[in-house]
Amino acid sequence: MSAAAPPALRDPAWTGRVFWSLAALALLAPALVATEFKPWLLVEPGALKATGRFVGDFLPPKFEPGFLWLVAQECWRTVAIATAGMALALVLAIPMALIANSVLSVSALPGRMHALPFAVRQGVRALLIVLRSVPELVWALVFVRVVGLGPTAGVLAIALTYSGMLGKVYCEILESDDRAATHALLRNGAGRLQAFFYGMLPQSASELTSYTVYRWECAIRSSAVLGFVGAGGLGQQMDNSMKMFNGSEVATMLLVFMLLVGLADGASAWLRRRIG
Amino acid sequence: MSRPSHAAAWGFLAALTVASFWTLDLQWAKFLSADAARRMGRFLLELLAPTAEPGFLRKLAVASAETLAMSALGTLLAVLAGLAFAVPAARTHAGDRALWRWPTRLVLNALRSIPELVWAALLIIAAGLGPFAGTLALAFHTTGVLGRLFAEAIENAPLGPAFALRAQGAGAAKVFFYATLPQILPQLMSYALYRWENNIRAAAVLGVVGGGGLGQLLSFHMGLFHMRETSSILIAMLLLVALVDVASYFARRILQR
Repeated sequence: MSAAAPPALRDPAWTGRVFWSLAALALLAPALVATEFKPWLLVEPGALKATGRFVGDFLPPKFEPGFLWLVAQECWRTVAIATAGMALALVLAIPMALIANSVLSVSALPGRMHALPFAVRQGVRALLIVLRSVPELVWALVFVRVVGLGPTAGVLAIALTYSGMLGKVYCEILESDDRAATHALLRNGAGRLQAFFYGMLPQSASELTSYTVYRWECAIRSSAVLGFVGAGGLGQQMDNSMKMFNGSEVATMLLVFMLLVGLADGASAWLRRRIG
Repeated sequence: MSRPSHAAAWGFLAALTVASFWTLDLQWAKFLSADAARRMGRFLLELLAPTAEPGFLRKLAVASAETLAMSALGTLLAVLAGLAFAVPAARTHAGDRALWRWPTRLVLNALRSIPELVWAALLIIAAGLGPFAGTLALAFHTTGVLGRLFAEAIENAPLGPAFALRAQGAGAAKVFFYATLPQILPQLMSYALYRWENNIRAAAVLGVVGGGGLGQLLSFHMGLFHMRETSSILIAMLLLVALVDVASYFARRILQR
């Protein structure tokens, strides 16, 4: 603090900021050790040479017709795995969402829900939590062991993880809507499915479809990487090329990857505008 | 649901679904066979018996800490890099020509559209197997995501305080640090926390391609059919994700106050 500087120009929050920055650094130090954070390894001659050779190979990307046809096939398989997985996820998620939501509870109409329906609902909810907390990549690893390498494992992995996500969100959407119509139907003797189709679905159909389409887009992104554990699609091809250090093939596939993600983004926006 | 625009979209979805099932050579026979059911059943039964051997639990704790550190450090690096990209990617006032807006946005889009797992597989070549590659992979992808969100936050910040400073003759750096940043800081923190939650999930599986952490332990033990260890690792993953969700929930509550 020199005498020349008038005190009004001093930042009053300065000491606090310095303290919190130092505290953050102290917390950060163990994290740096745990992650073996050694950026200088990146510029070691050996690493630089390997990286340089690999990245130098990126240009020009491989645009040979035979290879492009192969990549196009893998692209379609990626989309197909995501779509088939989503279809199966819907088959699992819709019944679970119907069972787990509290709006369709007949015993809860006059007051408190009975013990058995309550237990069933909580059970389904717990199942949904387990399904969606295991990452799809881990499900894929499991199914590759059971059904062998190939798209079946990818489809099953997406089906299980996404049924957990969809089931939970469907439940939340259905429960957040106005219950008056559904309850009126139930009170007057309508069956639960009737109450769902005529009381709940008209209110929430657009939100449900729009969320489903958004998740389909996410499923395409995740099915593209499931191939890394052998579940088919673009990831498997990329894994092969990377293991052979074939930079030009990897470059082509990275471009195709960005294109695919962009296309899925566009298709999903179009679909949501149409039916959302 | 009868308007023609609806019909086109539904038709597209139906055709896509049918074509998907048609063209994939799905091994339903294999999956639904008695043999597969038996294997699946045995697999799940074995998963119900996690190991609690002290030596393995210690390894598990180290791997969990590694995963946690990877996700935290990856997110932190991404916050810093994202902010560095977001400033040139945002048009802050009407007189700002923002020459770098499109080039930086292009870079951010590229960073974002490549998933963490692919980044990890690429970075292993430069950084070697282990958590460092995983951390960088998280940082690269998350920089793309956060950079774009931050740029939008900067563009949407109220212009008054920045204008007042600029009118007093303050430079661009001062305007950013004393007018724009304090206004958007809560939003940035909330985005960063949300990405951290995502990154802990991603960090848990990055090890499958060699990016360190719990995933590496998982793919090792699963590859050798060590089911008791696999089961413990899966439980650790679920606990870690739940823990971060809870921590992030409370951090958000504190920030909102």
